[in-house]
Amino acid sequence: MPMPGKYSLQPALITVADQIGFLKQFFSNCFRKGFEWTEFFRQAYNVGYRSTGIIALTGFILGFVLTLQSEPTMKQFGATSMISGMVSISVMREIGPVIVALICAGKISSSIGAELGSMNVTEQIDAMEVSGANPMQYLVVTRILACTIMIPLLTIFADVIALLGGFTATNLGGAMNPWLYFYKATTALEFADVIPSFIKTILFGFTIGFVGCYKGFHSNRGTESVGIAANSAVVTASVWIIIIDAIVVQFTNMFVYA
Amino acid sequence: MPETAQEEIVIDLQGLKKSFNGNEVLSNITLQVKKGENLVILGKSGEGKSVTIKCIAGLLQPDAGSCRVFGKEVQQMDPAELKELRKRIGFLFQNAALYDSMTVRENLEFPLKRVAGLHDKGEIEQRSMEVLEAVGLTDAIDKMPSELSGGMRKRMGLARTLIVKPEIMLYDEPTTGLDTITSREISELILDMQRRYKTTSVIITHDIPCARITSDRVVIMHNGEYIASGTCEELENADDEFVRSFFK
Ligand SMILES: Nc1ncnc2c1ncn2[C@@H]1O[C@H](COP(=O)(O)OP(=O)(O)OP(=O)(O)O)[C@@H](O)[C@H]1O
Ligand SMILES: [Mg+2]
Repeated sequence: MPMPGKYSLQPALITVADQIGFLKQFFSNCFRKGFEWTEFFRQAYNVGYRSTGIIALTGFILGFVLTLQSEPTMKQFGATSMISGMVSISVMREIGPVIVALICAGKISSSIGAELGSMNVTEQIDAMEVSGANPMQYLVVTRILACTIMIPLLTIFADVIALLGGFTATNLGGAMNPWLYFYKATTALEFADVIPSFIKTILFGFTIGFVGCYKGFHSNRGTESVGIAANSAVVTASVWIIIIDAIVVQFTNMFVYA
Repeated sequence: MPETAQEEIVIDLQGLKKSFNGNEVLSNITLQVKKGENLVILGKSGEGKSVTIKCIAGLLQPDAGSCRVFGKEVQQMDPAELKELRKRIGFLFQNAALYDSMTVRENLEFPLKRVAGLHDKGEIEQRSMEVLEAVGLTDAIDKMPSELSGGMRKRMGLARTLIVKPEIMLYDEPTTGLDTITSREISELILDMQRRYKTTSVIITHDIPCARITSDRVVIMHNGEYIASGTCEELENADDEFVRSFFK
């Protein structure tokens, strides 16, 4: 194989151009007639429902552990009554969206990457294209949209379960009225906590779907490249999630709290 | 004049070149296929036969030369034109390329609904059964591709391609991996398609009996060029030793 020039920027630029092209194709196919509803619902089911178990478990443990760990410190300040609010703010604003997105990057991005990658290797995508059907519309649009919609829903689900976990942990020490707990947890939240983080989860969902599809579609020929596609989908999606998170937080601080 | 209509050229390749990573696969392919003709391409493995028909279907871009289908340059088509062209072309992949997340029935419905635009349940069912009967797979309609044998997959791929009754058929090794009897049946089916629907076909094969049954004309590919062309009988008695060796 010919080696690219030392530290050449060219391959990276080609990749970026490729990704922008893919993005454009996604948007133009989104609004084309003949939307694949059945496939979309099948994907939404796969992405959403199939992940509820792991998301519930993680959410519960998150709320539970956060509560237990902050208890001794808060006790020193005599502020135990603020634990529920603190946990709910940190889960909703930061930990919930990021953890759910990272889990989904591992679970969903990789499976999309592997599935489309193996369809590419076995020429199924070529077959679709050459038959005059539209693989972008059938395979990519449905998957990206399913992720963009289901991952925010999964995050909301995780947030609620995390509160439940927090409540359980609080209740280990002494009985607390569940309504009081949820009241305190939710009144601590402000508009500025919820909306930016919700927007963030939409971006995360889109990224997870997009990266998985892109990596799968652009995998090389050969079985090995299916593994590579899945693996690099996870890595790339995770890195993007962290970057997007940082950017969104910056923006929120600039505009919302300014 | 019916005479000229018969001579209409549907696929016209001129000086086609294609390399992969500096390795030249097609060096100079010039080939014309007339309407309603069955052209068989013979050649050793790895000569670039599959690459040639992928260029015809617009799946690969040739580096140089022209590839015209129905009188239009494939490389210069915009996506909409390419899509229209592809609706008229059937492509049987060497490894069948069945959609393995769908059942056999869904595999057949996929092109019918999206390409032929059929939505009538009865008609879809009837066309599916018809084509499955032709390849002898009626029992397998509710199976998943992973449950089919290699030869069954091949026949299934053929069924999925034939179901939309394309005007041009590109067969990549339609009979490889099949027993002699099924292989003959498939060859007869290809011939039948040509007779009934005036399909123009390019058939890549290593199977000489299949070539004998289906071909109107045979070309032999070697080192990225076509070195011989003629009917089966002509090539069998050719002067060139290499050409004759294909028929032994
Ligand atoms: N997508 C690709 N990328 C890189 N090289 C390729 C690609 N497709 C084909 N080739 C190369 O082109 C050459 C010809 O391949 P092709 O599949 O056309 O052979 P073939 O004549 O169909 O052989 P067979 O009879 O074994 O199917 C091979 O050397 C192969 O390595
Ligand atoms: Mg081949």
